Amino acid sequence: MTMPDAVHSAPGQPRATPLRDVHVRLGATMTEFAGWLMPLRYASETAEHQAVRQAAGLFDLSHMGEIAVAGPAAGAALDYALTGQLSALAPGRAKYTMICAPDGGVLDDLVVYRLGGDDFLIVANAANTGTVLTALAERVRGHDAEVVDRTDEYALIAIQGPHASQILARLTDTDLPAIRYYSGHRATVAGHQVLLARTGYTGEDGFELFADPAGADSLWAALTEAGERDGLRPAGLAARDTLRLEAGMPLYGNELSREVSPFDAGLGRVVALDKPGDFVGRAALAERAQATARHVLTGLTLASRRVARHGHPVVWNGQPCGTVTSGAPSPTLGVPIAMAYLDTDVMAAATPGTGGRLAVDIRGRAEPAQITSLPFYRRERPAPPRTGEHSS
Amino acid sequence: MTIPSELMYTAEHEWVAINGTIASVGITDYAQHALGDVVYVSLPAEGSRVTTGDPCGEVESTKSVSEIYSPVDGEVIEVNPEVDDDPALVNSDPYGAGWLMKVRLADDGPEPTGLLTADEYAELTKETD
Repeated sequence: MTMPDAVHSAPGQPRATPLRDVHVRLGATMTEFAGWLMPLRYASETAEHQAVRQAAGLFDLSHMGEIAVAGPAAGAALDYALTGQLSALAPGRAKYTMICAPDGGVLDDLVVYRLGGDDFLIVANAANTGTVLTALAERVRGHDAEVVDRTDEYALIAIQGPHASQILARLTDTDLPAIRYYSGHRATVAGHQVLLARTGYTGEDGFELFADPAGADSLWAALTEAGERDGLRPAGLAARDTLRLEAGMPLYGNELSREVSPFDAGLGRVVALDKPGDFVGRAALAERAQATARHVLTGLTLASRRVARHGHPVVWNGQPCGTVTSGAPSPTLGVPIAMAYLDTDVMAAATPGTGGRLAVDIRGRAEPAQITSLPFYRRERPAPPRTGEHSS
Repeated sequence: MTIPSELMYTAEHEWVAINGTIASVGITDYAQHALGDVVYVSLPAEGSRVTTGDPCGEVESTKSVSEIYSPVDGEVIEVNPEVDDDPALVNSDPYGAGWLMKVRLADDGPEPTGLLTADEYAELTKETD
């Protein structure tokens, strides 16, 4: 049989995260990802996926890039460099945003934390950290702000799932219910000083802990121990990918690339065309916002047991009409799911009753597919508190 | 990784057990481990002919799909119905309950060739591990 190449490490020395020895001890299958040696899975990736949906999972995300932008004009500099209005972000809050090329193509999708008035931390995808760093350094020039790569100064551990909060509560005095979704605060967890953020990439409630690499082992061990009775499991990149796919979250290199704009990906909301001042890509993005997109990102559900994968053609009445960007067997739904860019006119025509005519060409055989609105999976949230507090 | 000494192997990670004129075929422990959780195995119809080295099925796992190459020439006389119901058997018991198909070796065909012994297969997987 043909073997997946992901399992063998490619030539060259991938970088190890501060938690490599932990993964080796846990018997993880390691894979090279974006120049890093990462845990692909510890045992069954399906079990890891389900642990995150039903209990909690622990992830090493130390490959992600951390870039600090600090200085009196940091907010203004980021307003110019990124698509969002970061100067309007309240200290302690976080925002999902993008950095685009002048033509509106996406260079990366980012989460930006405002740690203090003049102090921002940007989390970039591992594969794009260099690109983002270069672009930021260029775009910040002339503003009173400094851009520094801090990737090596952070281990990033995520605890995700419905039990994440109760597990973490055993290790910290921080009032976790007070930490809102998309916010981050300095906190002490199991004796470690961390930036504790309520963010994630799984579709579940959860936290991300930016910690000192020197203490990463001990923090991981403390979380593992605190979560034992709640079904916490270590989870690898394989589970992370199926979790984010079910949650309809884009992955750079699949749904997002230099060739698409945020609008193509259905993420036009990250582009603050109404913010004051110019920003890189503004003219092109304003145009794309007005134009009808030629293709749209959508969800697909397959009737077959064969799985649509990245790059497979989508056909409408036998004619090519799009391309699959991500696909996997969904552990939660039990069927193959995919995200794909489809021609806009086909999107309009391929209404649910006509699902049989839309198909994914899987190695020469057309497998019927149905358009499914994203996300495929949405967690049940507790009823909103009736305190009159606004959430955003 | 388990590599039973009584079986023969291909460089493409199939195993074969030849008993008289019947060859049982599956994928190795090394292969199932590399693939991750198997969610679907497509196999040739019973009665169809398979040819050494030709693709005769697919294994879908969470992350990837892989073709299965027939290690022998002959006629498929049985495919494992349990694997269709529970593809995870390929992960949990690749040499036992997770077997894939049984092939009646062609009378007029050549003796199976190019198969590896357990030692040779162990050497092969060691190199790429």
